Amino acid sequence: MVQSEIAVLRFGLGARPGDLSAAAGDPRAWLRTQLTGAVTLAGDTPLAPSQQIFAEVVEAREERKEMKALDAAQPDANKAAFNVLRNAYVPHYRAQVLARAQSAALTARPFAERLVHFWTNHFAISADKGAIFGLAGTLENEAIRPHTNGRFIDLLMAVEQHPAMLAFLDNQYSVGTDSPAAQAAARRQLFRANSKRRFGINENLAREILELHTLGVNGGYSQQDVTSFAQIITGWSIGGGKGRLAGGDAGRFYFRDNLHEPGAKMFLGKRYVQEGQAQGEAALKDLARHPATAHFIATKLTRHFVCDEPPPATVERVAGAFLASDGDLPHVYSALIESSEAWNASPRKFKTPEDLVFSTLRAFGSAPGKPEEVLRSFEFLGQRQYTPGSPAGWPDIAQAWDGSDALMRRVLWASRVAEHFDSGIDPLQIAASSLGNYARAETLAAVRRAASAPQALALLIMSPEFQRR
Amino acid sequence: MRHPHSFSRRRFLHTTGLLAAGAALPPVLFAKTGGSGRLVVVVLRGALDGLAAVPPYGDRDYGELRRELAVAAPGAADGALALDATFGLHPSLTFLHERYLGGELAVIHAVASPYRDRSHFDGQNVLENGLTQPVGTADGWLNRALASLPLRTAGRPERAVAVSQNVPLILRGPIQVLSKSPATEPEADADLLERLADLYSKDEWFSARLSEAVQSDRMTADAGPETTMQAAKPATDRIGSVARMAATLMRSDGGPEIAVIEATGWDTHANQGGAKGILAQRLGSLDGALRQLADGLGPLWQQTAVMVVTEFGRTAAINGTRGTDHGTGGCAFLVGGAVRGGRVVTDWPGLGRSALLEGRDLRPTTDLRSVFKAVLGDHMRVDNASLSAHVFPNSSGARPLLGLIRA
Repeated sequence: MVQSEIAVLRFGLGARPGDLSAAAGDPRAWLRTQLTGAVTLAGDTPLAPSQQIFAEVVEAREERKEMKALDAAQPDANKAAFNVLRNAYVPHYRAQVLARAQSAALTARPFAERLVHFWTNHFAISADKGAIFGLAGTLENEAIRPHTNGRFIDLLMAVEQHPAMLAFLDNQYSVGTDSPAAQAAARRQLFRANSKRRFGINENLAREILELHTLGVNGGYSQQDVTSFAQIITGWSIGGGKGRLAGGDAGRFYFRDNLHEPGAKMFLGKRYVQEGQAQGEAALKDLARHPATAHFIATKLTRHFVCDEPPPATVERVAGAFLASDGDLPHVYSALIESSEAWNASPRKFKTPEDLVFSTLRAFGSAPGKPEEVLRSFEFLGQRQYTPGSPAGWPDIAQAWDGSDALMRRVLWASRVAEHFDSGIDPLQIAASSLGNYARAETLAAVRRAASAPQALALLIMSPEFQRR
Repeated sequence: MRHPHSFSRRRFLHTTGLLAAGAALPPVLFAKTGGSGRLVVVVLRGALDGLAAVPPYGDRDYGELRRELAVAAPGAADGALALDATFGLHPSLTFLHERYLGGELAVIHAVASPYRDRSHFDGQNVLENGLTQPVGTADGWLNRALASLPLRTAGRPERAVAVSQNVPLILRGPIQVLSKSPATEPEADADLLERLADLYSKDEWFSARLSEAVQSDRMTADAGPETTMQAAKPATDRIGSVARMAATLMRSDGGPEIAVIEATGWDTHANQGGAKGILAQRLGSLDGALRQLADGLGPLWQQTAVMVVTEFGRTAAINGTRGTDHGTGGCAFLVGGAVRGGRVVTDWPGLGRSALLEGRDLRPTTDLRSVFKAVLGDHMRVDNASLSAHVFPNSSGARPLLGLIRA
């Protein structure tokens, strides 16, 4: 691969016709110009904001409650009630997946777009958790896109205060045991007398912020730090509930003083004396500039852009840029661009299904018009959008994607896609515009000798060059 | 260790059969020959709540710790399915209960891998890499065990299959394994596959995978049209179709002896439910999948041991959001015609405050590697030296549990 090919195929999302020549003059400059400003969606699919989706779901929940009450005798009542919720979410999920694919296929800033995807996977939420099914894309579009080219602390704060993250990792109902709400309940003996319910914290968000979003699992925190941090962020919730969850704007971040564990707390050897919401924000700020965080983020970025086993020297350089710039992300990305390891002429990253679908769309200069056109592809290839299944996100190493069954699925998928795109397309021209001089002679020969145009296109998509970046 | 509970540990061990080695063994159902054993490992990702799957309803601290999540004692409405005077099975686990009564299910409780922190991802690494820490090898213990299986008469080298698109860590390693997942697509065009094989001839990495893929495709095709029909069912019950496919592959002529299945969705931090609810539904799907696996294996079930394992357990107490957080000790299931079951195998530490690990988790008293080693040794005939030397390095402290497999 030459440098323009590396810039477009490895740093970007694959070449649309014309991309390779656009980057040919100064590949590094082509990358750097993408690192300013918010990374907005390319494409024209209208998307509802998270607040509106929340409101619709609250309405659907009410409807479901009524249905359950009315039809309790009906055997299918539960299922029908479940469908009410599902139906409220499905159109949003589909629109978000379509918008994401359109943007990836069309954008003129594919490096910035890949970085958006990187952060979405870093701050992974999974739409297979029912409560956030319709919200998965809102975290990416509302919290990540505005800050991808900003400072890490702002990105981190926006993500951890986004309702989709709070709901995904269950923080909205986490209650300090000495909080006003818990104390009032204890005084009235209400919960002891009438119910087995008791108040307490939920560690989920606190643990994953430390393990997956900032310090990393070996970042030097203890179970006591997890518990303490969970107490620090009690009250970080979503507005618009009832009873002790009343108050705030529905579907927006809302700090609930009545759920917050009062008092100063020790966390990572430091005493946090702030009151209320400020306590969690102070802790997040410290986490955002922690050396372990810099190292963890640098490791993941290097793994994503260089190879599955990140070279320590590159990691150190990127982490150094993170610390020196106090987490200014364009500086961090620039350190990566300046690393010779990222420009290795042989591609060492095996494309994920997502990479494969997006780069194929770009190769054909095409963008999906309807959700169906991409939903089934992702499902079939094993990377249903926004559903990594765990807060660790999708794996970023070849071994997680290179099973023989997965390869056979890629073959089947490539055949179908090739048939779909086969009209007045010259496979050799596509090979040239999508791979440049990087296409091997064998691949070009196979494309030339293919029995049909669809077969030629399938061979191109399945060539080792196209399957790696 | 002191054990401040109502029953004595010794009596308890006795009732659960650990000390019953001298008692009459169940009748031998078939003559076992070298290399006839079949093994299915079911990996539950996300940390199954062992105290929900196998509620210790007879432990005096259980109800207070679990409150609204507690499963009632057997006999009560929505009560547990009785195992013995202390333990029951979650009411969703009807198939497992049948197998328990049939002497084919051993429940291992208060068990954990050597991992003692609470990260899912590191926990799964330790569960699968067979080491005592999450890093240090890119191989899985099951792949290392493949190297030590007794020779089979003839046939292909691949003896294990991951019933998924990609190979999970537990099966990764130098020995080639198959991967195959239920699909709804037609077969790939043979001409295209030949041309691809040609195109890949200079790329070893791609050509190895392509030939494996073609091979496992052939295996399911040989198994007949029924497979295709089954595989084409809608994906509403994902783990069920995966289990059916595992059975089909293992029953095919010269099919793999070992299969790995994965299921996610066990990370129940909020509103996990008790006898009913989210976790109950998941357990029901798992139970149904195991039933389909047994049905699909047919006569082969008699030679089979199925291990159901997870990365760690969950907190002993309910948390503030009607769920449970990451813990340590949990449960494992060993079920199949080859299993000497009908027993709860545990050195139960109790749920009293001082018995809990760090005051919050079920204290593990059995090393999961003791179960793995027993099954690999007694059932798959992997020799002890290999087990301790390279399948599970540094595991001399985790001695194989005796008597889990029918003699």
